[in-house]
Amino acid sequence: MRVKAQVAMVMNLDKCIGCHTCSVTCKNVWTSREGTEYMWWNNVETKPGVGYPKMYEDQERWKGGWQLKNGKLELKAGGKLRKLANIFFNPDLPSIDDFYEPWTYDYETLTNAKPSEHQPVAQPISQLSGDPLDLQWGPNWDDDLAGTPETGHLDPNIRGELEESVRFEYEKVFMAYLPRICEHCLNPSCVASCPSGAMYKREEDGIVLVDQEQCRGWRYCVSGCPYKKTYFNWETGKAEKCTLCYPRIEAGQPTICSETCVGRLRYIGLVLYDADSVEEAASVPDEKELLEAQRRVFMDPNDPEVVEQARFDGIPEDWIQAAQRSPIYPLAIDWGIALPLHPEYRTMPMVWYVPPLSPVMGFVEGEGSEADPDDVFPAIDELRIPIQYLANLLSAGDEEVVRRVLKRLAAMRGYMREKNLSGAGVEEIAASVGMEPQAIEDMYRLLAIAKYEDRYVIPLAHKELAHELYEQRGSQGLDFAASRAPAANGGNAAYSCSLDFAGGPGSCASGETGAPGGSPRNEGFYAMKDELEKKARALGGKVAAPNVQFFKNKQDFESFHLKGRGPQGAGA
Amino acid sequence: MNLWHQFLWVIFPYLALVTFVLGHIYRYAYDQFGWTAGSSQLMERRLLMWGVLLFHWGILFVFIGHVMGLLVPIEVYRAMGVSDHSYHLLALWAGTLFGVIALAGILLLNIRRWFISRIRTNTDTMRFLTDGLLLVVIFSGLAATVGYRIYAAQYDLPAEFEYRENIAPWFRSLFYFAPQIELMLEVPLMFQLHVLLAFLLFALWPFSSLVHVFSVPLGYLRRSYIQYRSSNPKAAISREKDRRKSRKPVGVDQGRKE
Repeated sequence: MRVKAQVAMVMNLDKCIGCHTCSVTCKNVWTSREGTEYMWWNNVETKPGVGYPKMYEDQERWKGGWQLKNGKLELKAGGKLRKLANIFFNPDLPSIDDFYEPWTYDYETLTNAKPSEHQPVAQPISQLSGDPLDLQWGPNWDDDLAGTPETGHLDPNIRGELEESVRFEYEKVFMAYLPRICEHCLNPSCVASCPSGAMYKREEDGIVLVDQEQCRGWRYCVSGCPYKKTYFNWETGKAEKCTLCYPRIEAGQPTICSETCVGRLRYIGLVLYDADSVEEAASVPDEKELLEAQRRVFMDPNDPEVVEQARFDGIPEDWIQAAQRSPIYPLAIDWGIALPLHPEYRTMPMVWYVPPLSPVMGFVEGEGSEADPDDVFPAIDELRIPIQYLANLLSAGDEEVVRRVLKRLAAMRGYMREKNLSGAGVEEIAASVGMEPQAIEDMYRLLAIAKYEDRYVIPLAHKELAHELYEQRGSQGLDFAASRAPAANGGNAAYSCSLDFAGGPGSCASGETGAPGGSPRNEGFYAMKDELEKKARALGGKVAAPNVQFFKNKQDFESFHLKGRGPQGAGA
Repeated sequence: MNLWHQFLWVIFPYLALVTFVLGHIYRYAYDQFGWTAGSSQLMERRLLMWGVLLFHWGILFVFIGHVMGLLVPIEVYRAMGVSDHSYHLLALWAGTLFGVIALAGILLLNIRRWFISRIRTNTDTMRFLTDGLLLVVIFSGLAATVGYRIYAAQYDLPAEFEYRENIAPWFRSLFYFAPQIELMLEVPLMFQLHVLLAFLLFALWPFSSLVHVFSVPLGYLRRSYIQYRSSNPKAAISREKDRRKSRKPVGVDQGRKE
């Protein structure tokens, strides 16, 4: 047993309204640069739909993920030798047209147009070539089932019997939204596919990253990832992917997609897992067993034996406590209502989903029946989202798993309704889905009314480690703070990087931290943030220092944090 | 032998080689981020597949041929009993075959780079230069090999030009710092041109995407599939040592490593 901690996410699809706020904030933060226009590290696709890139779930075509070959786990695209033999041309790489050709508009026409009878029109212009573009496909082209009569049947999840039963006519159609980020898998096939060894899982929190300096642009991570969540930056010639907003996670904050989620449907927390048993779990022969196998890899953070092992394996005390308060473990294990996306890819994904129940309730209530569990349970099999479709997405085709989850979700609604109305008979409802009343109420709290602190339980990255790195570098920090408050500053007189320049603290250390093997985290900035928060507390202020804030000068910076409490703060 | 010869066969080659070596060291030390194959497969894949496969496999064997012709002295072949005639027979046919394959590939790649607008727009000058130069170098090499045969047949010269007695020893002489300029003076123009263009390419090499040649990921064969990185490698290593020693969890206090 070797316990490691992983930052994991659960999304409650029942609450997703498909507003794309997550995608937009992610794009603004991470991929609004040249070469990344076509990348959506977070995207929301309408299901059924072809997805992004088109038909990415068709692994017979793209050869992403793992497969069992003679009982042994092997990359679906072939082993290492095969990869080296194909090093000149990656046969499984999607082209940019499988994503979409990014474009902008010729806005100048609008502002420069002379008065005329008709309104001027801005022409779409390709961001790749600068040529005028005849738009044929774009991000979320099939959003809300647009064009689904033509493209819907291309959805790889519609197979077998479903092909006969799914109709894309307006009145018979069903849909759900599926927000997707990198899965930060326990058994990442992108990492395994990288010939250069540039991709890695962070030992501390399991975040999967691309070392931009070591990447040589062979592109095998792109084709190796079955979720197609690694992208090739055509400007830099390097691979890029979702970072799980690690600078925010390190500071105890949720990812930007979670932070800005309008429906508050995302949960982030730690999961302790046994790194030694990952390969065995991913090698289970029956695809339908993979979900259970992955659940067994997760360790109970309240088990004293696990806790002791975690300590031995170097997981800090506060992280163990955070794992004990994690919203992920109950969702995935205790209540078992969160399911991994396509477990059959055998990558052990760590972004899990609570399947959507709303269409069921709509169906039941639309029929005029009372929505108590007795009515809902049979209806679950008649839903407009066929159970088989959800099962193809979330449980390798095992309908029983999805049925059980939907029943629990339905029972939770029935339970709470009964409890509020009559207060009687709730035990039976709980028992009908094999749950304790308390568990149902806890589940309700987490799914329905959980506050920010309950949805995001993210421990700070290691301070003592940060301190170590900080001392190693010793070349940046805040000289003004040192000179004004040398006593409070704990003797950190070696600060040399002040805020007296445009760009502020966020850009302070960029030059130094770019060194090979260096920490991308700006330790000087975090030290300064702590310092200022300490100062603010001493003065009775309660303003938490934000992690990115652009100030023109240090007065602005100080006064922001001391908001009228300190001697210099009056002007704020 | 005048200054001009000095320049062409001593100064210029050395400048190119020094640029090649120091350029790579410099680039490797200061520009890891820029060190990439610079693939445009994302933009276009059908032409690339043909171009890239023909070029790379062709040039791989062409390279081996050049090692055989330039680095292995003619005396070795003679000692091994390989007659000059059979050497040239192989060199001509295999060389022409792989040369044509590489030429077709690089020609396709150049056409693709120039005529597909989304690729052309995102190609920097250095890429145009090196891709074009590769085309010219390969073409001149083929022209020298095949062209000399035709030329020799017309003027009743020995059918095989024995470059292993002039170009090869001159090339090797550069590496033990006693350049034998006189060997290059009587070499046919096509061969001279091929050599000089190749050295020009070597000079540009470290500043182009050609550096990816030195990143053949052989380490991939040896490493394990899943890679972890620790922000505190020292602690991770010592923990691993403890684990090897004890094989089971030791006490809480011993186990903590910060």
